[in-house]
This record gives sequence, structure tokens and C-alpha cells, in this order.
Amino acid sequence: MKLFIPNMLANADAGFWFPPQGSTVAEHSDSVYFFILYVCTFFFVLIVSLMVLFMVKYRHRPGVEAEKTSTHNLTLELSWSVIPTLLTIVMFWVGFTGYIDMRTPPSDSYDINVIAKKWSWAFQYPNGWIESELHIPKGENVTLTMASDDVIHSLWVPAFRTKMDVVPGRYTQEWFKATRAGEYPLMCAEYCGQKHSNMISKVIVHETRGDFDKWLQQASDIHKNKTPVEAGEYFYKSRGCIQCHSLDGTPKNGPTFKGLFGSERKFADGSTGVADKNYIRQSILEPQSQVVAGFRPIMPTFKGQLTDQDITAIIAFIEAQK
Amino acid sequence: MATVVDSSDPKSNFPIQYRELNYLNCSSGWKSWFFTLDHKRIGIMYLIGVTCSFFLGGLFAVLLRTELLSPDRVLMGPDSYNQMFTLHGAIMTFLVIIPGVPAAIGNIILPVMLGAKDVAFPRMNLGSFYLWMFGAAFFLAAIVLGGLDTGWTFYTPYSVTTSTAVITALLGVFILGFSSIFTGLNFIVTIHTMRPPGMTWFKMPLFLWALYATALIQILATPVLGITGLLLIVERAFHIGIFDPALGGDPVLFQHFFWFYSHPAVYVMILPAMGVVSEVIAVHSRKHIFGYRFIAYSSIAIAMFGFLVWGHHMFVSGQSRVVAVIFSAITFSVSIPSAIKVFNWLTTMYKGSIRFTTAMCYGLAFIFIFSIGGLTGLFLATLATDVHLHDTYFVVAHFHYVMMGSSLVGLFAAVHHWWPKISGKMFSETWGRIACLGVFLGFNLTFFPQFLLGTRGMPRRYYTYLEEFQGLHIMSTCGAYLLGLSSALMAGVLIYSVYRGKKAPANPWGGASLEWQCSSPPPHNNFDHPPLAGDPYIMESVVYNEEIGGYVPVECQGDNKQSVTASGDKEA
Repeated sequence: MKLFIPNMLANADAGFWFPPQGSTVAEHSDSVYFFILYVCTFFFVLIVSLMVLFMVKYRHRPGVEAEKTSTHNLTLELSWSVIPTLLTIVMFWVGFTGYIDMRTPPSDSYDINVIAKKWSWAFQYPNGWIESELHIPKGENVTLTMASDDVIHSLWVPAFRTKMDVVPGRYTQEWFKATRAGEYPLMCAEYCGQKHSNMISKVIVHETRGDFDKWLQQASDIHKNKTPVEAGEYFYKSRGCIQCHSLDGTPKNGPTFKGLFGSERKFADGSTGVADKNYIRQSILEPQSQVVAGFRPIMPTFKGQLTDQDITAIIAFIEAQK
Repeated sequence: MATVVDSSDPKSNFPIQYRELNYLNCSSGWKSWFFTLDHKRIGIMYLIGVTCSFFLGGLFAVLLRTELLSPDRVLMGPDSYNQMFTLHGAIMTFLVIIPGVPAAIGNIILPVMLGAKDVAFPRMNLGSFYLWMFGAAFFLAAIVLGGLDTGWTFYTPYSVTTSTAVITALLGVFILGFSSIFTGLNFIVTIHTMRPPGMTWFKMPLFLWALYATALIQILATPVLGITGLLLIVERAFHIGIFDPALGGDPVLFQHFFWFYSHPAVYVMILPAMGVVSEVIAVHSRKHIFGYRFIAYSSIAIAMFGFLVWGHHMFVSGQSRVVAVIFSAITFSVSIPSAIKVFNWLTTMYKGSIRFTTAMCYGLAFIFIFSIGGLTGLFLATLATDVHLHDTYFVVAHFHYVMMGSSLVGLFAAVHHWWPKISGKMFSETWGRIACLGVFLGFNLTFFPQFLLGTRGMPRRYYTYLEEFQGLHIMSTCGAYLLGLSSALMAGVLIYSVYRGKKAPANPWGGASLEWQCSSPPPHNNFDHPPLAGDPYIMESVVYNEEIGGYVPVECQGDNKQSVTASGDKEA
């Protein structure tokens, strides 16, 4: 842990208030912020200095009584009603125009689908490939179309100064144009339960569209590049299995994967079965059909999100957890 | 026990100062308290209940802050943490701040300020206290029956699916809502029908205007919360789809219903505190309040605009863009009446004779803190900046500056201002001021760093966080400890005064409103003769008398300088 003051001033290129600006939206949002900050600082300093001045100047002294002054003054009242009103109209206007830009996805943008669930993110690229981290090219408009599998989440990238709730039962959209290559935190901002604060991922901004395309090409070829066990491990980490299924034998929200394959399973309805390949496949596609005794039926389905080849890889990975 | 004398000593023309036989000791036994219809005793019971809830909610806050000393586990796991911030929020909102100034202080002071014997419906008043107790019991039951982890906002569909005791807590909220409505209704009727001769609407003390505006919100908005709670109970218990999309409902609808109450409720919390500050600043500066009508109208304006701005809690919720823009525009309109009040308070101090009593120190702390709380609201009303700041520590800091720093500091000011009247005892001003300084410094140290945490990217309701935020979190936690200790000191100073404090004169600060004409503590019926009301801010109408250590009406300050107690004993 760093000491307080150095830590407060630490990230040099970020400034005192904000993380580095990473998108076109951020530039506008910050300028609005600083405009309001200056107005507020002016009024705050005015109020507090008047207060302190009066506190000192008109403090009670023996023998000195309060002086009778006018108890109302329409000009004063109107001036401190009208001047703040005009300033708030300006604030509203700059906030309004910025917001409309922020909320209107451009027509020429690169589309990525987002599925949020407790407590992971899945980003689906146009070729169908799904990743738990968001990769985007710099300088290009990107639109996220977002859906939730369970409760309300909210996708926030502080560096981009933009945020949108992900609401179950409807699609919401968020767009941005990154202006700096690099890695930035991406997080859930709407409280969603036990592991809300672990629902953090990353945005990786690639320098050029070429870099991004090359990355996507390689990443989505996983079954060619990797063994089934390696690919399974990749899905285990990237699709949120890791949040609920441990590899070391401790039960979390779901049973551990350690020693799972081939073991005898006891189900909530009293029946039993052996954890073979078909059992695992069914558990991924229809998780509520066989709930293991002692666990709550909370696993979401992965139907349509994992191909047969992906599932085969996951089974191979689970089989390897002896 | 001293014999009761109905009027002051015939040898003196001073009004009765300290009354031996008063509302606190005119009857005894638990029945005389639990079945009392006396507004002052009901107010005292509320005050005790609110204080206990405050320290319970405060204990949760201190535990939360301790957990946040490190991104790793310090005291508790994420489940306990989630339950604790939920209960901290729910207890502080529903059991402390909402009943704090209106139900506890308002109950004691409002009828006395009106020169009345009691509120319009004393039985309903007692009923509201029992509903409060009953609602609080449901909250405690919810803690025992598996806790509550939804956040005080109960957002759906999370609150429909979580396994914690949501139904019990919602029933508690439902019952507390009725308690709040009863109090509001009582105040409105009392103010309309029981004003004394001479007190026209624009001769009412501003505290009464504030309570009146508050009561309007309480009776108009609270039913919506009750119905929303019931709908959520029905959805959880019978799986009828209202808010949960899995059952065919709409989760954003819940947010509209919830904030339709809960935004006006913010003004239920702040308006009475503003009323308190209007009294405190004027009395302790010995000045007529400046801009009386503007302050009075601004209370009503805040109450009315408060109903039209709930959508600003939902700028990133997926509500339509047009709606967001309209709500943003209306939201700014609330800031103007608040600005008017602050400038009027400052102008009231101009050329005054300011006494830095504990109550005044809290009043000044209120102006400082409320200015920050109010001004930071502008960043959140502005659409472009709110998108970044929504659901971050910036919001947490902002609403603590308003709800804790302003509403509760307003409550503290009220308690110290009227303590001689309520308890009949003077507390130690020195220790009171030390506690006040501790509250002020502790508060700012706790919450100012949270503005920075928010802008830098720290979401609220996070059990763990990125390493870079640890320094600011530690600062905030240190502030919370100081704030907790100072609040305990404040309570200690006041409780000590009950046993060891000096007897209070009728008018220790020199107020001109009616409650200062009645002895300290008031007798059971408040006034022996219905008083005549004039302008409540003509501070020249009372002058300081050395012998009794308080203020007496200027017409009494003649050649006779003897002071008396109700028993006729001469005070040394």
C-alpha cells in the first residue's frame, strides 16, 4: 500500500479527478464536469467566505447588540434566484447535447453483442466468437448490444466515461470510439449480488483495425490452435464457469470439477446418476434438469453460446481434473 | 415535590422559568409513558427509538468501513458485507432520518410553537409511534430471519430472486409508511386548525412551514411506496409477474414506482432540517430572519418540484432518452429554492450578534456541508456527467453529504437548540462544541475522499476493489471512526446533562417564538393561558437577564429583578 498523498496524486497522466481519457465521449464529459466544478467552486468559496467573514465580524461581543437591518430585499432575492437559474440552464444544455451524442450509436459502427450474467461478461464478436474480455480497435465506433440472463447489471468503462444498465428482458445499447490503445478496467456498476465486486473485466484497445482483426482471427481458431483440454480450460475461464465451480475440491455455488468425471451424482429430486459425457453436456445445455443435491438451481443455460466442439473441449477439461 | 403554582410569583413579573412539576414528572409508572397521549412524551419515545436505531445503523457503517480498509477480507465475507450495507441504508433511511426531525423533534416542538395543548389527534399520534415500533420490529426480524441483501432500494429482479428475508423487510417498510402518514396528517391538521390568535400563515415560524411542506410529501408519496412494497411481496409470494421479466414483468417499472416515493422522501429528510437551521441561525445570531417569505415559499416549492424529478435516478437504466432529458431539466429547478435558502441564512447573519453555541455550530456546519451536498447534485443532474458518475462513490458521497451531513446535522442542531426546553437542563457547551467539531471533521474526512473515489472509477456496493483505491478508502474509514466517536460523545454530553445539568431557564438563547414563552420543561398542558402570537423573529422583544441566565420579555425587565421557579423558590 502506498502512502495517502502520493497515492492520491499517483497516476500522472490521469489528473487529480479522473482516470485517463480513453474515448471521444470522455473528452466532452470531462469538459462538462470541469465547467460545473468551476461554477460550484465559485459559489462554494463565496458562501463559505461570507459565512466565515460574518462569523468573525459579527461574533457576539459584550455590550454590542445585533443591529437592526432590513428583513427582505426583492432585488437581492431575485438576483440569487435568477443568476443560478441561468447557470443551471447552461449546465442542462451542455449535459443534454453530450448525452444525446453518447446515447445515439452511429450507423457505421462495429457491433458486438454482450451477455451479462452473475458474475461474468461474455462479448460475442460478429463471427460468433465469445470472449470474457472486450477487444476493440482504436479510432472506430463500436456499439455494444447488451442483454442480461438474470438480474440487472451495468456495463461501465471509467476510462470511456460511459455506462449503461444491462436489463433482463430487453436490449440496451452503448457505444464508444476509443482514442488510446491500452488496457482499461470494465466493471459492473449495478449491484447484482454476492460477487458483484468480482464482475470486473478488461477492455483491450488495439492500436489499429488490422491488429484487432488479427487477434480475432487467432482467438477464434481455438480448436485448431489448442488441445481440447487447453481449449476447455479457456472456456472454463472465459465463460464464467470459474465463478461457481472450483478445481480444488471446495464447493462454491456449484459442485467442484475436481474428481467430478465418472463419479456418482445425487440429485435434488432423490435420483442418482453417473457423471459421464452426456450428463455434463446436458448440465451445460439444460442446467435445471439435473440439480445436484445440496445446490441451488441457479446455473444459467449455455444453449446457443457454446458449439458442440466447445462443449467437447469442456468435457475433456473436466475429465482432466482428477 | 414542590407545589404547583399556576402563575409566577406575585412579587415578580417574570414568567415561570424552571418548572418543578412538568410533563416529565407529572405522572409516573410505565403505563403513564406507554399509554400517554402527551405529544411531548411521544416525541421523547421517538427520540429514544431514533437514537438507538442511529447507533445500530452507525455500528453497521463502522463495520462496513472497517471491511473496506483492504480489498481483501478483514472482518466478513461478501454475503455479510452485502447484508450490512443493505441494513445500514434501510435503518438509517426508514428508522432514523425520516422520523428524526419530524416525528421526534416536531412532535415535541410543533404544538408548543403553536401555543397549543397538543396535536390535533393525540391518539393517532400515539398510534404512529406504535406503528414505528412495530415496523422496526419487522426490520429486526428480517435481520434474524436470514438478513436482507438487496440494498435499501430493493431493485428487481434481484429482490425477487434472492433467498433473504425480503418479505419481512418489505412488511416493515409498509408499516413504517403508515407511521409516517399518521404523523404527516396530524401535523397538517394541527397547523391548519390550531394556530393561536395572531398567528397568520405568514407569522408562523419557518420550522412550521418546513414541517408543513414535509407533511404534504409524507401523505402524498408514502402510499406509493406501500403499494410498491405490496406488489413486490405478491410477486415473491405468489409468482405473479409484475417486475420480474422471467415472469413477464418489467424491472424498470419497479424503479419508477420506488423513486416516485423515494425521491420526494429525500425532501422529507432535508426539509425539516432546513426548517431547524432557519430557526437556529436567526435565534443565535439575534437577528430577524432575512427573506421570510422566500424561505417559506421555497419549502413548498421544493416539496412540489420534488414529485417531478424521480427519473433522474434512472438516466442509465434504459428509460427513453426523451424522458431522461425532461427529468434532467426539471431536476435543476429543485436547486434554485435550495440556493435561495442558503443565501437568506447568510444574509440573516449579517450585522447580527452571533453566539457560537453548540446549536449554532451545528447550524454553521449544516451550511458548509449542505453547500457541498447541494452543489455536487448539479454534476448528477447534468446528463453527460451523470452517465459516468451514476452508481459510483461520487453518488454515495453526494447523498451522505445531504442525508447524513445535512439532515442528521440538522437533527443534531435541533436537539441542542431545544434540549433545554425538552429536558429542562443545560448541557456542557464546551463538550457539546468539541463533539460538534469531531462530527464536522469526521464527516468530511469520511465522505470527501469518496467524491474522488467515484470520479476515479470506484463503483458503489463493492466488497472488494482495485488496489489503487486503498489509500482513499483508509482515509474514509478513519473519518468514520472519528464520526462514530464524536456522535457517541454528543449523546454522552446530553445524557449527562439530564442528571447533572444546570436547570434551564425558559428562554436560554433569546428566541421570540412561542415555545420560549413556556417554562422549561413545559407543564403537561404547555401553556396556562393561550398565548398571543406576534412576529416570531423580533429578537428585540426579549432581553438577557443576568440573574436567571436567560432571556425575558422586554416588558418584564422592569425594576423587579427577582427570578422565580414554579415553586416560588428564588434561584441563587
